[in-house]
Amino acid sequence: MPRRVFLKDSALALVTLGLSPSFLRRTTLAMDLPLAARGKVLICLFQRGAADALNVVLPFGEREYYALRPSIAVAPPTRAAGSVGAIDLDGFFGLHPALAPLKPLWDSGLLAPVHAVGSPSATRSHFDAQDYMESATPDHKGTPDGWLNRYLATSGTCEQCTPAPFRAVAMTPQTPRILQGSAPSVAMNSVAEFTVRSGGTQAAQLEALYRTGSADLIHGTGTEMFEAVKLLRAANPQRYQPEHGAVYPASQFGQRLLSIAQLIKSGVGLEVAFADVGGWDTHVNQGGATGQLAQRLGDFGAAIAALVTDLGDRMEDVVIVTMSEFGRMAQQNGNGGTDHGHAGAMFVIGGRVNGRRVHGQWPGLAREQLYEGRDLALTTDFRTVFTEVATKHLGATKADTLFPGFAPNATLGVLG
Amino acid sequence: MRRVVAPVAALILAGCSSAPARPVEMRPGPDPVALAARTQTADQQVLHALARLTFGARPGDAERVRQMGVDRWIDEQLHPERIADASAEAWAGDFEVVQKTAAQLEAAYQNPGALVNQLGARNSGGMTRDDSLRVRQARQNLRRIAEEAQAVRVGRALLSERQLQEVMTDFWLNHFSVFAGKGIREQYYLADYENRVIRPRALGKFRDLLGAVAKSPAMLFYLDNWESAADSGRPRLVNPAEPVVRRAVRRRFPAAANPQSPMAQQVRRRLRAGLNENYGRELLELHTLGVDGGYTQQDVINAARALTGWTIAGPRQSGGFTFTPFMHDAGEKRILGHTLKAGRGIEDGEELLDIVARHPSTARFIAYKLARRFVSDSPSTALVERAAVVFQRTDGDLREVVRTIVTSPEFFARESYRAKVKSPFEVVLSTLRALNAQPDRSMRTAQLIAGLGQPVYGRQTPDGWPETGEGWMGTGAILNRINFGLLVAAGRVPGVTPAAFPHVEELRQAPREQQVDGVVGVLLGGDVSSVTRAVLVSGRNPLLDAAADSLATARPLPARGLAQVIGLALGSPEFQRRSPSHATSRLP
Repeated sequence: MPRRVFLKDSALALVTLGLSPSFLRRTTLAMDLPLAARGKVLICLFQRGAADALNVVLPFGEREYYALRPSIAVAPPTRAAGSVGAIDLDGFFGLHPALAPLKPLWDSGLLAPVHAVGSPSATRSHFDAQDYMESATPDHKGTPDGWLNRYLATSGTCEQCTPAPFRAVAMTPQTPRILQGSAPSVAMNSVAEFTVRSGGTQAAQLEALYRTGSADLIHGTGTEMFEAVKLLRAANPQRYQPEHGAVYPASQFGQRLLSIAQLIKSGVGLEVAFADVGGWDTHVNQGGATGQLAQRLGDFGAAIAALVTDLGDRMEDVVIVTMSEFGRMAQQNGNGGTDHGHAGAMFVIGGRVNGRRVHGQWPGLAREQLYEGRDLALTTDFRTVFTEVATKHLGATKADTLFPGFAPNATLGVLG
Repeated sequence: MRRVVAPVAALILAGCSSAPARPVEMRPGPDPVALAARTQTADQQVLHALARLTFGARPGDAERVRQMGVDRWIDEQLHPERIADASAEAWAGDFEVVQKTAAQLEAAYQNPGALVNQLGARNSGGMTRDDSLRVRQARQNLRRIAEEAQAVRVGRALLSERQLQEVMTDFWLNHFSVFAGKGIREQYYLADYENRVIRPRALGKFRDLLGAVAKSPAMLFYLDNWESAADSGRPRLVNPAEPVVRRAVRRRFPAAANPQSPMAQQVRRRLRAGLNENYGRELLELHTLGVDGGYTQQDVINAARALTGWTIAGPRQSGGFTFTPFMHDAGEKRILGHTLKAGRGIEDGEELLDIVARHPSTARFIAYKLARRFVSDSPSTALVERAAVVFQRTDGDLREVVRTIVTSPEFFARESYRAKVKSPFEVVLSTLRALNAQPDRSMRTAQLIAGLGQPVYGRQTPDGWPETGEGWMGTGAILNRINFGLLVAAGRVPGVTPAAFPHVEELRQAPREQQVDGVVGVLLGGDVSSVTRAVLVSGRNPLLDAAADSLATARPLPARGLAQVIGLALGSPEFQRRSPSHATSRLP
C-alpha cells in the first residue's frame, strides 16, 4: 500500500475517534519537508576501544614511524607484485592495506581523513574519553546530555512540532551517550527487528490494546509505536536490495550500516544516525599489514564503502564521521601491540567534503614532538570537526550551545 | 533523560500547605486521621502496597497481606531483619562474588589489563602461546565475575522475602549509581557494593550509608576520588618526596619498580596528580543536597579537597578503602559555612559527610526522591515536606522516612493507584514473580533487562536511571516491552514456562473468556479497563475495529490459546504500570 494513502486513512480513523493526530501530522511533515528539501543526514560511527590511528592512516614518509614500530609497521607503498604495503594517498600518508575498499572514495574526492585529531583531555581511560567525546565536553563530567541530542533539541524543522520518530536512530541495543538527553531518539538492533514479534492477528490485538482513545503517556506512546512500525514496514525491510552493486559485510557492523541505508532511503525523516563497533583495544599482537587490526579494518572499510556505494547520489546530502576516543602509543609495546595514547584520526566522508587530502597539521613522531614523550600529539580538537559538520552540513546555528566554551579552529576546512 | 531537579523552591514556599503537621509515627499502625484519609478501598490498599513495596506480587501474596492487615505487613517489611530469608540467602551465597569481598576477588583473580602490562614489560615483540592463554583465562575470570554480579542482583530481587529491602537496594544503587564499564577494576567491586555496602544500610541511617558509599571501592573508582590528590602548591599532610612515602609506594606498586613500566608512569602521574572534583561535585549535586541545594563551585572544590587521600588500597595490601596522607590536602577549607581546620587528615572527609548528611536540603532531596519512587512522578510538596521533617528529626533514619511515605494518605490515594510506570527491571521482575519463576544462574535474564534498555550496572552517567514514566516511555521502549511479553508467552525466558502458570490445566480447557479472567487475575490484579478486557476476549477493539493491515514480522513467536492470552496481557498498557497482580489465586 502506498505510504501516503495509508497515513491518510489511519489519520482519518484517529480523527473519527477524537484523537489528536499530532503524531501523524509530524510524521507527514517529516516526510514531506526533508524529501522536498532533500534533508541532510549525519552518520556518526564510533570505533570503541581506541583505534590505532598510526596504523590506520599511516605516515610511511616518516622514518620514526618504522623505528617506533619494528614489528607492526606497515611497509611503504610498493608496486612489487606480492608484497603488501600501504595504499599511497599523498606521498607521505597511506591507508592501511585492509582499507582498500575506501581507496575509490579517496580517488573520487569523497574521503577526507583528519589526522592528529582528538580530545585535549589527558585521560587515557576508555570510559572517560568516550564520555568526553560523546558529550563533547572534554574534562567536564557533569554534562547530562550527548552533543547529538543537544543538536536535536536545539534545531528542528519547526518550533512547534515534535520531531518524526525516526529523526534520530542509534543502531545499538541501548541509547548511546551521544544521543542521551531530552530529545527523543530510537535505539534498535536493525530495521528488520523493529517490529512486533507476533503473527498478524495477535499483533492487531496488541495494537487494539493501545488504540483506545486514551491519551495518557503509555497509550499515546504505544499508538505512536504502532504507527512507526507500520511506517518502516512500508519500506519493506525484508526485501531490501542494496543499489549500485553494494555488498555489505555479513558482520554486525555491516548489517547496521545496511539498516541505516534502509532508513535513509525509506524517507522516514532520518537526520542523525549512530552506530558503533568494538575490537580496537589492541594491546596484544595487533599485527601489521595483516593480523588482528587488519581484520577489524577490513570489516570497517568494507562496510563504509558498501554504505557509500549503496547511497550513490544521496551522498551529496550525507556526511559520515568516524571517531574513536583516543589514539594509541607511537611505540609498540612488548606484546606486539600498542597501549593507550593521545591523538588519533577521523574520517569525514561525503559528497561535499574537501576530499582527496589529509587534513590537520602533522606534529611529527620524533621523541620531542610526541605528547608526553610517547603519543601522537594533538593539533586539531575533535570539536572543530564536529562544529564544521554541525554548522556547514546540518546547518546548526547554535554551535556555542552544542560545544559550550569551545572556539573552533577556523582553518580546518574539511567541509565547504 | 535529564538530571533530577528537586522542587526545593516549591518546598520552601510550601510552609502554609493545607496538610497539618502530624506527629512522627514511630510505632506500627498509622494514626486514625491518616487512616481515614485513605481513598483507596481496603482491597486496593493491599494490591497497591504489594505493587509498590515489592518487585511484584507472587501467587498467594495478596491473601497473606489481606489476612495480616496491610499496615502490619508494611511494618514487617520495614524490618527486614525480622523476616527469614533463607532461600534467597542460600541461593545468593552460592556465588563466589557474594562469598568474597571486593579486595579478595581482586587478589584472587588477576586484572587482565595489569597482566598484559606485566607480560609486555618482560617480552619483546610479541606474546607466547602460554602468555596468551593466561591472558585469555584472566579475561574469562573477569567476565564471570561481572556476570555473576548481575545474575545475583536479579536473582535476589526475585527470591527475597524482604522485598522492601530489595526495592530500597535498587533505589540506593540508582541514587548512588556506579557503572560497570568504567574500567576493569569496577567489575571486582560491584557485588561487594550491592551486598556489603548498600543492602545492609538500605533502611538504616543515611549518614551511615553515605559514609559506606564514600569508602566503597566501587564509588571511589567510578567517580575518580581514588586518584584525587592535593593540587601542587597546596600543603600535603605528608610530603610525597619523603623516603617513607617512596618506600610505601614501592611496597604498594611492585610493578612500578621498572621506571619505564606503565605502572611506574601511573604512579608518577598519581603522585603529581592534582585535585579531581568529580566525586566532590556529585556528592553535593546527586548524592546529598541536590542541584538546587544551595552550594557554590567553591564548596565543590573544598569538598573535593577534604576528600583527597580517600583511596583504594592495592590488591596485595588489604584492598578496600585506605586513607593516604601524602595525597591529602592539609590546608584549611570552608564548606557550606563550616570551617575545617588546617592540618587534619581523614577527619576532614568525615566531617564533610556529617555536614552534608545533616543539611536541610539533603533531607528534602532524599524525601522528594523517595516520595517520587513510591507515590507518583510528581509527589505533593506537603508529603515531601513531612518526610523531610522526619528525616531531620530522626537524624536521617531511612526506615522512618520510608514509613512516613508508604503509610501516608497520599500513598493510599486513588490517584496514586497505578500512577507509576515500571522500569525495565520492574517489568521483567514483576513478570517473573507473577509466574513464580525460578532464578537464573546465567546472564540471560539480565540480558533481557538490558534489552529493554536498563542494563544492570550499565548506567554510564552518575545520575542513575530515570525514576519517572517520561524517562522510560519511547516508541522503541514500548515495542521492546511488548516483544518481551511475547517471548515469555512463547516459553523463551529462562525459569518461566507457561506450563507453570497457576491453574494452567483448568485454564487450558476453559473457554476464552474464563482464560482471560484467569490471566487478568494473575497478571493484572483482576483489574483492567473494559477495552483491554474486550480485546483480550475477542481480539477486537470496540472503539476501533482495527483493520490493522497485518503487521508482517521477521520472526514471529508462536503462541496459541492460553499462551496467547498471557502474551497479550503482558503486552497490555496496564502491565506497563506498577500494578497489582494476583488479586486472586482462585479461578474466577
